Amino acid sequence: MTAAVTFNNVSIIFGKDPDAALKLVDQGKSRDEIGHETGMVLGVADASLTIEEGEILVLMGLSGSGKSTLLRAVNGLAPVVRGDVAVATKAGPINPYKTSAKSLRDFRMHVVSMVFQQFALLPWRTVAENVGFGLELANVPEEERSRRVAEQLELVNLTKWANRKVNELSGGMQQRVGLARAFATGAPILLMDEPFSALDPLIRTRLQDELLEFQRRLKKTILFVSHDLDEAFRIGNRIAIMEGGRIIQCGTPQEIVKNPANQYVADFVANMNPINMLTAGDVMETGIAASASETPVSGNAAPTTPLVDILDALARKPGNIGVVDNGAIIGTINAQNIIEGLTRHRRKDG
Amino acid sequence: MDWLSSYKLPIGQGAKAFVDWLTTSGEWLFNALSAVLQASIDLLLFLLQGPFLKGTAFEQLYPLLIIVLISAFAWYMRRSLGVTLFTALGLLLIVNQGYWKETTETLALVLAASAVSMTVGIPLGIAAARRPWIYAIMRPILDLMQTIPTFVYLIPALILFGLGMVPGLIATVIFAIPAPIRLTRLGIISTPPSLVEAAQAFGATPGQVLKKVELPFAMPQIMAGLTQTIMLSLSMVVIAALVGANGLGVPVVRALNSVNVAKGFEAGLCIVILAIILDRVFRTSDAGDVA
Ligand SMILES: Nc1ncnc2c1ncn2[C@@H]1O[C@H](COP(=O)(O)OP(=O)(O)OP(=O)(O)O)[C@@H](O)[C@H]1O
Ligand SMILES: [Mg+2]
Repeated sequence: MTAAVTFNNVSIIFGKDPDAALKLVDQGKSRDEIGHETGMVLGVADASLTIEEGEILVLMGLSGSGKSTLLRAVNGLAPVVRGDVAVATKAGPINPYKTSAKSLRDFRMHVVSMVFQQFALLPWRTVAENVGFGLELANVPEEERSRRVAEQLELVNLTKWANRKVNELSGGMQQRVGLARAFATGAPILLMDEPFSALDPLIRTRLQDELLEFQRRLKKTILFVSHDLDEAFRIGNRIAIMEGGRIIQCGTPQEIVKNPANQYVADFVANMNPINMLTAGDVMETGIAASASETPVSGNAAPTTPLVDILDALARKPGNIGVVDNGAIIGTINAQNIIEGLTRHRRKDG
Repeated sequence: MDWLSSYKLPIGQGAKAFVDWLTTSGEWLFNALSAVLQASIDLLLFLLQGPFLKGTAFEQLYPLLIIVLISAFAWYMRRSLGVTLFTALGLLLIVNQGYWKETTETLALVLAASAVSMTVGIPLGIAAARRPWIYAIMRPILDLMQTIPTFVYLIPALILFGLGMVPGLIATVIFAIPAPIRLTRLGIISTPPSLVEAAQAFGATPGQVLKKVELPFAMPQIMAGLTQTIMLSLSMVVIAALVGANGLGVPVVRALNSVNVAKGFEAGLCIVILAIILDRVFRTSDAGDVA
């Protein structure tokens, strides 16, 4: 695997005298303390993180924890005052803070693109004109532009709406326009700042599914901000949890559930719904349980079968499920195992 | 209280000295400006009055041609039968009352004043939106321009530009221009930051942000500025007549001097008709149109 984006001890501070604030950052002071003593706002403190090519990394944390700010360091929109940002491009790594204005614009046109929480579409333009916005800024000729716009509209299923004004569309459709606009530039890196938070839950899940579907085809590198752990677990390959401007923990969903780094992370984990991330292998009782001989076996599953499918099967026909791997039974699942599996993350001992 | 008035602060003297200084040192500038403005008014009058037809058989028909063109423009702007019909009938009534020439003069003055106000006002509004310190300097000046009684700056306008259309135009512009400046600035600073950020994130230059995001967003406000400018200019016709500008203000002033009720009423009616037409044709669609 190769790194697409690398943050090396990145600190971001809003205010006129960042050096004063940096001193306090190095003493490990919190955002409130720094704000109190210097009047500066700490955005991000000493963040180090690598985003691999082709993965979806989710930045998680409460409101104000610095997620959006760190995300904006990738394309040079946040005031990084110390540390390095390196973004892989065809022409070698680029640090958006150390490059010329022209190459920064080029970089924003072709390497990273962005999707926004409130969509940030231009309301006086049509759907097609919004999708082509990035290409227009890059002076892509009319003909090629309309071809690429048509492709993207096809992808997000909005071809029929091409000539409507964006504010005639529902929220979910508007965000699909936002996605198409970001895809249209062909940038391999996608920054998504809570793209689905403004949508109602049903539409949100649908767009999450669509995003995963696009990702299977397009294989982008995605940095995704969310404050919803369920969403993070659903779409993230890895999750970085932030608190007060600092990255507290970074790992796969399973690692985070098994080993929360501190109480803040544990509180997040305790409040999540694990049903969508667990598989048969996670909840099964290893080996052949003693009880299995008494109750009937109602079906078989692989260790990777999602837990929801097991629930469906048991709802139709009560009993035990055998977990089969390579032709051998490696475990069984009954109702009790499922209850334990679903509540394991809430128990301290894990 | 003698001690208070025994020494009069030389405010009036100061203003006079300033105007004197402007007259002598800025003469070439004011002459050039005057020539340009006069030329643009002459061009408008040439188009509206058709002097080239003088003495030919078409002389009588030319006003009708202009009325048809203006009505067509009204239709183009509004697509409303009512507005178009009102425009045509209103202008015909003016011809009938014998005020067509004055009306074209007033129209030329209003159009020229609005054009100057918009071309100067929009860039100033943009500058004020970009740099708070520019707006801090501009604000008291704009307030002054709108509150100082018009007659007060008619005097220096007269001195600097002489009698005629141009000082009337200048006075009108001074009175009207704060509207487009303020509204342009307002439109630009109220552009949602997320739209500006989105443009930057896709690599927009500052110029592209202005052209493709901020100005389109501010367009309804800028158009409201245009409507206001036109109406404010029209409200200056009588005052412009005092410094020798031709137009519908002249018969009003004359009627006032000779206490001629009939004439005053006719000219007043023509101004009202013109005001209603301009308002209906240029008025920005009602608020809430742009989400
Ligand atoms: N342009 C700015 N100027 C000053 N302070 C800012 C600016 N942008 C963000 N901040 C501050 O930086 C801190 C981190 O903000 P950030 O927007 O990154 O949080 P977040 O984790 O994205 O929160 P949310 O979930 O509310 O979006 C906050 O205290 C915020 O007030
Ligand atoms: Mg945020």
